[in-house]
Amino acid sequence: MNDKITMHYMVPADDFTRAGEASSSVKSKLKLMGVKPEIVRKVAIAMYEGEINMVIHAAGGTIDVTITPEEIAIILKDHGPGIEDIDQAMQAGFSTAPDNIRDLGFGAGMGLPNMKKYTDELLIESELGVGTTVKMKVKVV
Amino acid sequence: MSEFFTSVHLKEELCMGCINCIKRCPTQAIRVRNGKAVITKEFCIDCGECIRICPHHAKEAIYDSLEIMKQYEYTVALPAPSLYGQFNHLDDVNIVLTALKKMGFDDVYEVSGAAELVSEISRSYVENHKDKWPVISTACPTVVRLIQVRFPNLIEHLLPLSAPVDLAAFLASRAAMKKTGLPREKIGILFISPCPAKVTAVKSPIGIDHSEIDGVLAMKEIYPKLLPFMKDSIDQVENLSISGRIGISWGATGGEAGGLLSESYLAADGIENVIRVLEDLEDSKLDQLEFIELNACAGGCVGGVLTVENPYAAKVKLKRLRKYLPVACSHLENEILEEAFWNHEVRYEPVFKIGNTMRESIENLTRVESLCKKFPKLDCGSCGAPTCKALAEDIVRGVAKEEDCIHILREYIHKLSDELSRLDTKRDNTSR
Repeated sequence: MNDKITMHYMVPADDFTRAGEASSSVKSKLKLMGVKPEIVRKVAIAMYEGEINMVIHAAGGTIDVTITPEEIAIILKDHGPGIEDIDQAMQAGFSTAPDNIRDLGFGAGMGLPNMKKYTDELLIESELGVGTTVKMKVKVV
Repeated sequence: MSEFFTSVHLKEELCMGCINCIKRCPTQAIRVRNGKAVITKEFCIDCGECIRICPHHAKEAIYDSLEIMKQYEYTVALPAPSLYGQFNHLDDVNIVLTALKKMGFDDVYEVSGAAELVSEISRSYVENHKDKWPVISTACPTVVRLIQVRFPNLIEHLLPLSAPVDLAAFLASRAAMKKTGLPREKIGILFISPCPAKVTAVKSPIGIDHSEIDGVLAMKEIYPKLLPFMKDSIDQVENLSISGRIGISWGATGGEAGGLLSESYLAADGIENVIRVLEDLEDSKLDQLEFIELNACAGGCVGGVLTVENPYAAKVKLKRLRKYLPVACSHLENEILEEAFWNHEVRYEPVFKIGNTMRESIENLTRVESLCKKFPKLDCGSCGAPTCKALAEDIVRGVAKEEDCIHILREYIHKLSDELSRLDTKRDNTSR
C-alpha cells in the first residue's frame, strides 16, 4: 500500500495566464482527498505565492509536492537570480518586483511572509546567480 | 441535509445517450450508463445547464402544475421580478399583477418587494461584518449549493439571509392568514419561478428550517396563460405593486449588488464564471471587495431555464420598466426582521471526496493517477464519463470498469484477435 503520493509541476516563465495552475491543481486534489478545508486553504495560498514568485523573479522553475497521511511537503526550485538577503525578503512589504509587475497587482511584498504564515515549516536556500529552493510543510492534522 | 434532491428529470425515451450533458455539467454529476444519462443526485447543484444543452429535449425541469392552485382555499402568487422582463412594451407591473388575480390567484405578493427588505438588511449586515468581507450573496440556490459542496472555506462568507422569495413567502402567508382568518394549510403560497433550482431549495432548504413556499410554478407555463388576462386588465389596473427600482433590479445580474448602494462589489453570472470567481475568492485574491453577487444563469434570474425571453432582452426591458419608479417602495417597519435571517447552520458536505481517511485517499488517488496514464486523454466521453479523469475516479469509486474506455477495449480486442490468429496458425501447422 502506498503511504504517499507525489506530484511534479513545471512552472513556465513570464506567463501570468498560467501562473497558479499548479497550486490550483494541488488544491483540487486535496479537496478530492477530503483534506480539511482549512488545510487546503493554507496549502493553496502558500503554494500560489511560491508559484507567482517563480514567475515574477526566476523565469519559472519546478514544484514537487509530496502528500503523506501526516503532512503536505512542497519543494519549489528555480534557477533564478537568488535572494540577496533572505531576512529582508521575509519582511512584510519588502519587494524587488519591477513596476510593470506591481501594475498587475503583484509585488506587494507579501509573498514570503504569507508562505511563512500559512505553513508549519519554511526553509529557504538561495545562492546568488544560482537559484532558490523553497521547502514548505503543512501538517495535515 | 441528508436527503439529496434534484429538480431535473430525464425523459428516458428521448435520451439518445449522447455526450452533450455530461460534457456541460459543471460538477461532472452526469454519466451515460446503458445508453441513458444518469444524474448522481448528491453532485447535482440544479444549475439547469443539462436542460439547456440537451438537443433531444430529454431533460426537463421539475415544477408544480397549475392544478396545485385547486388544492388551496386561498392562493397568493409570488411573481419573481424576472417575470416582468418577459413582456413587450410593459409600462406598469400592476398590469401583470392585476392579470395574475384575474387568472385565478386570490392575491399577489411581489418577490421584488421582499427583495427590497433583503437589500436593506444586507446593507447593515455588510457594513457591520467587515470580518466577513467579501460577503457572498445567497439568493441563487445553485450558488449556495455549489459553495456547500465545493468551496467549504467560503461558507463563512455567505450572507446569512433568506432569499427574497422565501421572505416573501413568509410575509405573504402571514398577511393572508390575517386577512382571511384561514389556517396556514388552506393557504397556497405559489412562486412563479424562472428556475427549477427553487424546487430543490423548497424541498431541501439550505440555511433555513423549512420554506413557506407551497408550490413552484414555471414562468414559461404562466406566461402564455397570462397574456390574454393582461390585455383585459389594461383598463382596470389595480395598484398592487410594492416595489421600486431596487426590487425590480434583482431580476438581472448586478441588481442585488446595486441595492447595497456601495461601489465595492463584483457581480458575476453564468456558472463557469461563478466557479472562476469562487476559485479566486478561495485563494484570497478578491479580499479587497465588500460584496460578491453570484448568479448561476447568464444574465441573472432572467436567464433561468423556465423563462421565455432572451435574458439580455429581458434585462433591457427591466431597465426600461424601472426607469420612472421610486428607488424603493418596501421598507423595514421595525429594525430587526428576525425571520429574514438564516436559522440553520450550513455545513460543508464533501460529496466529491474519494477516501474516508488520508491513507485511503492517498491509495485511491494513486490509483486514479495510474489509470489516467493508461487512458488516451482524449476526454471523448464514449465511456459515459465526461473526462478520462472522471472515468478513473468512477473506477476507483467502484461504479465503472477499465473496459468502459473504448480505446482500452479496442486494444484488448486487438490483443485477443492476435492471439486467436496465432492459435489458428498453430492448429493449421499441426494438422498439416
